[in-house]
Amino acid sequence: MSIYADAKYADVPVETKQALFDEVKADMRYEHQLYGCYECGICVAACPSARFYDFSPRVFAQVMAREDVDTFYELLNDSVWDCSQCFSCTRCPRQNNPGAVITIMREVAVNHGLQSAKEALKSYSRIIYKIMSTGTQVAPDMLQPDFFPDWGPDVKQVSENLDVWRRCVPPETMHTTEMAWDVSEKTRLELYMIWKLTGNLEMIEKIDEGIFMILEEVMEELLEENGYDIDDFENLLEEDEE
Amino acid sequence: MQQTSADKVFNPPTLSSREFKRDNPPPTEDYREQLFELEKAGELEVQRVPEPYVELETKYGRIKKIPYQMTWHHKSCGQCGHIPGYSTAIFWLNRKLGFDYHDPRDQTSCTAWNYYASSTSNSAAQAGIAVRNFSQAKIDGYFPVIHCGTSYGHYKETREQLIHYPVLRRQVRKIMDRLKMPFVFPEEIVHYSEWVHAMRDRIAEMQVLDLSNITVTVHPACHYHKLVVEDAVYDRDLFDGQRTAVISGLVEALGARVGDYSTWHDCCGFGFRHILVSRDFSRSFATTRKIERMKEEVNPDVTLTHDTGCVTTLDKSQFAAQAHKRNVGIPVMSDAQFAALAMGAHPYIVCQLHWHGVDMKPLLEKMGIDHKKAWAEFEVQAERIKAGEIEYISWEEADA
Repeated sequence: MSIYADAKYADVPVETKQALFDEVKADMRYEHQLYGCYECGICVAACPSARFYDFSPRVFAQVMAREDVDTFYELLNDSVWDCSQCFSCTRCPRQNNPGAVITIMREVAVNHGLQSAKEALKSYSRIIYKIMSTGTQVAPDMLQPDFFPDWGPDVKQVSENLDVWRRCVPPETMHTTEMAWDVSEKTRLELYMIWKLTGNLEMIEKIDEGIFMILEEVMEELLEENGYDIDDFENLLEEDEE
Repeated sequence: MQQTSADKVFNPPTLSSREFKRDNPPPTEDYREQLFELEKAGELEVQRVPEPYVELETKYGRIKKIPYQMTWHHKSCGQCGHIPGYSTAIFWLNRKLGFDYHDPRDQTSCTAWNYYASSTSNSAAQAGIAVRNFSQAKIDGYFPVIHCGTSYGHYKETREQLIHYPVLRRQVRKIMDRLKMPFVFPEEIVHYSEWVHAMRDRIAEMQVLDLSNITVTVHPACHYHKLVVEDAVYDRDLFDGQRTAVISGLVEALGARVGDYSTWHDCCGFGFRHILVSRDFSRSFATTRKIERMKEEVNPDVTLTHDTGCVTTLDKSQFAAQAHKRNVGIPVMSDAQFAALAMGAHPYIVCQLHWHGVDMKPLLEKMGIDHKKAWAEFEVQAERIKAGEIEYISWEEADA
């Protein structure tokens, strides 16, 4: 039974919750991230998200240690995306790392295409496309006033002068506007191959099918143009499991 | 929201009567030794720090090697994309100090910003990406120096996982075989701010500005000193060895004053996902827990930090906060930009300060920099580009 009086997921079968919990627990990193909890609250005091959200790294440590699958499912859907991933919670005197437990929980949420994960990442998908296709997470051309209205008039100035101002930056690798620096095509393809070999494209498909389709079309055309056989880059983690 | 008055804020003592000593072996592993053992077993190749190097003390006393030169600059997405003067200043410092370095095109992002924002990845992919970059550095003949605090933190996590999980090493080996690249990991994971710290006396020797009237607050980046803490550089002479020495050591060497404030350990509020799609959180945290605290307790001329996300969040969050009449208005830049300015770097051509949000002019005036003349010089160069007279501003023009 969930610790929350207003528990929302009573209709979800306990088997579903247990299976997701077991997947988190089975991650090789998990055993080194959770050792128990004194309930001292140091992690909460250090946590930025705890100050602005109904969020507590201590609750994560406690619930996971107790293997309370009902509350785990609440956290997985309603709390996990509030974490700042700053790892301030590693101040824990028991050497717990609630932030790293949350990283695994998010991975499981994405792998299962949970609706809450889709919602949390809805506006973020275009960034996934940027990193996977260019090898850089953000680019100068993202500095648009309609995307960053709260960053002030400087953003407008940058976007209006972007091409010239980028060419006013001395390092030769940084005259780019669509990627943060000039990543060679060969290197971008190598990165894409790593995503393919490790099953990441399948994760993207579960979160945003549209982005997945565009990404696959653009990158695989590029691979073919460069003489690669895409069949050589099937998910090797599945091979590993077999 | 109520303003917090300065007299209600707890100010920690800056000097302690207690001498902190390490009596016991550190509660940590020596990852470098473990990498060498894996190398002996034929599992991977360890790239050695090139000589000569500087030796610095880390949190639990292990000595860390920081190379002078032959460095492969693992650039940062946010720095290159949105704060271009950050990366430029790092390169400029290398050039001024006469060091050989490499600015690669065969480097990708570590992709950790995406990983911490969306988890649309896994350990094998993240380790594969790290090792591909490190292998490329070895192939290029240079030693990696990491510009981004999150890349640095994530690569430390990756190293820990590669050491502890044979299955991960097997997966990475398969990836590297498929890419026809060697499995290489560096002996040390070096952050650029450690290199700046190691070079601070040389930087101070070449200083052209008197900074004795400048007060600085320092924000240490979470992924530098909280994520796998063992690698971070500490110094017994700075904060009794109780806080990381990077940035503060440089500020002291340059003769400026480090002002202490109570929330130095707090995050900036970046949040990875939040800064892109949920900035109300980032802005609230950065303003109320960092900038306002600094203003009330120190009222610094500038705040310095050493990571992409921290510069972005602390700087950009201040604009909208003015609408709520918050006590903001502190210029934010990196330690590398501050060091470069101190050595006479151009504020717009090298440090590219026009990409920052908070008004830098009062700071520049206090530092003795003629910003009007400097901006006019920048505009001349921009006009030459527009007119097709030159394609780019070259390093030679920036060095002049």
